[in-house]
Amino acid sequence: MRDWRFWLAEQRGTLLAFGIFVVMFIIYTTNHPAGFTANVVQTASNKAVLLAFVAMAQTLVVITAGIDLSVGMIFLLTNCLASWLVVGTPFETAIGVVAVLAAGMLCGALNGAIVIYGRLQPIVATIATGGIFYGIALILRPFPGGSVNEDLADALTGKLFGVVPASLVALAMVVLVVWVPFRRSVLGRGAYAAGSSESAAYMSGVPIERAKFAAYTLSGLMAAIGGLFLTFFTYTGEAAFASGNAYTLFSIAAVVLGGVSLFGGRGSAVGAIFGALAFRTIGDLLFVFNLDALWQPLFQGVILLVAVSLGAFGLFRVRNRLEWFL
Amino acid sequence: MSITTSGGLSGRMPKLLRRADPAVLTAFACIIVLLLVGSLYSRNFLSPEYLVQQLKVASFLGIISTGMMLVILLGQIDLSVPWTITTGAMMACAAAAYGPVAVALAIPFGVLCGVLIGIVNGIGVAYLRIPSMIITLATNAVAQGLMVVYTGGFSPQDSATAAMRYIATGALLPGLPNAVVIWALVGAIAVFLLTRTSFGRAVYGIGNRERAAYLSGINTRRVVLVAFAVCGGLSALGGVLLAGYASKAAQSMGDAYLLPSIAAVVLGGTSILGGRGSYLGTVAGVILITLLQSILSVMQMPEAGRQIIYGVVIIAMLLLYGRAPANR
Repeated sequence: MRDWRFWLAEQRGTLLAFGIFVVMFIIYTTNHPAGFTANVVQTASNKAVLLAFVAMAQTLVVITAGIDLSVGMIFLLTNCLASWLVVGTPFETAIGVVAVLAAGMLCGALNGAIVIYGRLQPIVATIATGGIFYGIALILRPFPGGSVNEDLADALTGKLFGVVPASLVALAMVVLVVWVPFRRSVLGRGAYAAGSSESAAYMSGVPIERAKFAAYTLSGLMAAIGGLFLTFFTYTGEAAFASGNAYTLFSIAAVVLGGVSLFGGRGSAVGAIFGALAFRTIGDLLFVFNLDALWQPLFQGVILLVAVSLGAFGLFRVRNRLEWFL
Repeated sequence: MSITTSGGLSGRMPKLLRRADPAVLTAFACIIVLLLVGSLYSRNFLSPEYLVQQLKVASFLGIISTGMMLVILLGQIDLSVPWTITTGAMMACAAAAYGPVAVALAIPFGVLCGVLIGIVNGIGVAYLRIPSMIITLATNAVAQGLMVVYTGGFSPQDSATAAMRYIATGALLPGLPNAVVIWALVGAIAVFLLTRTSFGRAVYGIGNRERAAYLSGINTRRVVLVAFAVCGGLSALGGVLLAGYASKAAQSMGDAYLLPSIAAVVLGGTSILGGRGSYLGTVAGVILITLLQSILSVMQMPEAGRQIIYGVVIIAMLLLYGRAPANR
């Protein structure tokens, strides 16, 4: 086998997600009344980028064979925080952005500390911390409101050179600055190793605790970037429980669509991004076909159900029935 | 489990205590502490009427948690509980609009809808081997979509039938609400199933190691399917009762029950990884969470503070006794 085959096998999930997204996006734009214009792409990407950041946050935790059910609440909390802090002069704004990102990392680190050093199951622990984060968000913004530095907001949600959506560029930057270095570092490899077999990784001397802690912390950072962008789009902060929950659920869906294994150790954040883009495009397909918006939740649900059931085709390859049970 | 298996009480108290699960004991100890704390705030807190009222409120969560416990014992989880509750409630109320026969069948119909959702979950988990967390999320989304289409996005106008209201708010025996009786019945059946039948043994076996259970001749896939169906049915039953309690169904009535039901099961000492746990613990967890919510509302704590305290208490209690063994 030559090298590119290994690469292909490793990236299969990501490529599949990319393919689904491209097909869906072509269907979307060809049926859109305005067609494939810069404005259509900008609106679509602005909506999708939020989910893409949250899905990246989820990916980082899922790779370590964990799950983060508080990711939507970190997203809300940082949104509410940003609506207080990211205002004023450029210097104040910069301080505010740093503070919001630090707050997100702190949330992620708290999750990590409870899961790794407290040895609680991620699913229960993050349900509980999600409640805490939501409570803090509610204290910060009992009612929707606040403001944000609009120059920065418009710059990051507008178009570069009148063509490229700035939010997509920001997403690409985050991938290059945060995800790629992490993936290539010892800690990143440790996170993958911990996800695929924690005891084997431990025996081989991989720093699994540090690696997992780094993954959870970076996950908080990603959710905070998402929260910042939400503030840039809406100009306000709002502690909406339903929205936080929806983002948590959609992030899991995006991660699955993006070819990241929920059992850990497989997949990449890039795949999750395409999963998120595809999920959002599918959700918006209804609008270009002029269907009633009431059908959107059902449509998204059915797509989700079909998408996760497709994974069952792997069962046909199973020769030994004992492999059903992981 | 451990408590129910020991025989007569007299002279066996030390043995009973020794065999009791420390998690269950801690949970009950926390209940007593909560009652004491509550009584500091309000004298009424220890009055029988208030405690019965708490038990009545707890019975909704108790019924839902029973199903959740069954699924968690398998090492799975059911995240479709919120919209299964809502579907059960809405469908039961909707059935009431179709004449007297439908009114009589409203409750079974609501529960049946929940069982159907549970069967879809069960097929996905048991036969298609999809991780339960994903398939139940998806069915939750589908159930939500169906209900949104059905109601047009508003709370439905149908109201609960008289029978639903009676079993949720009435009292057949004076002083003993019907909802509590139903919880007791559900609980008794659950204890019987889990401790006295081969189905219960199979549930614990699959939770410990499904591969071993399969090799010892258990039809593990059918057991998983049945467990998910029962969980869906119980969630819907909880929804039917809640609709009777509020005399109508509402869009997001189930959202407030997902996390408490998981928390109640886990706080009661059931391992989230499956295979370990007793129904007595779940009862303790349900009462604990209901009392906690009640105290926080007696203290007139705003929603934000409630959420934070709630999360902190769950983590603190789990750190007390729910920790995984140290690696290696």
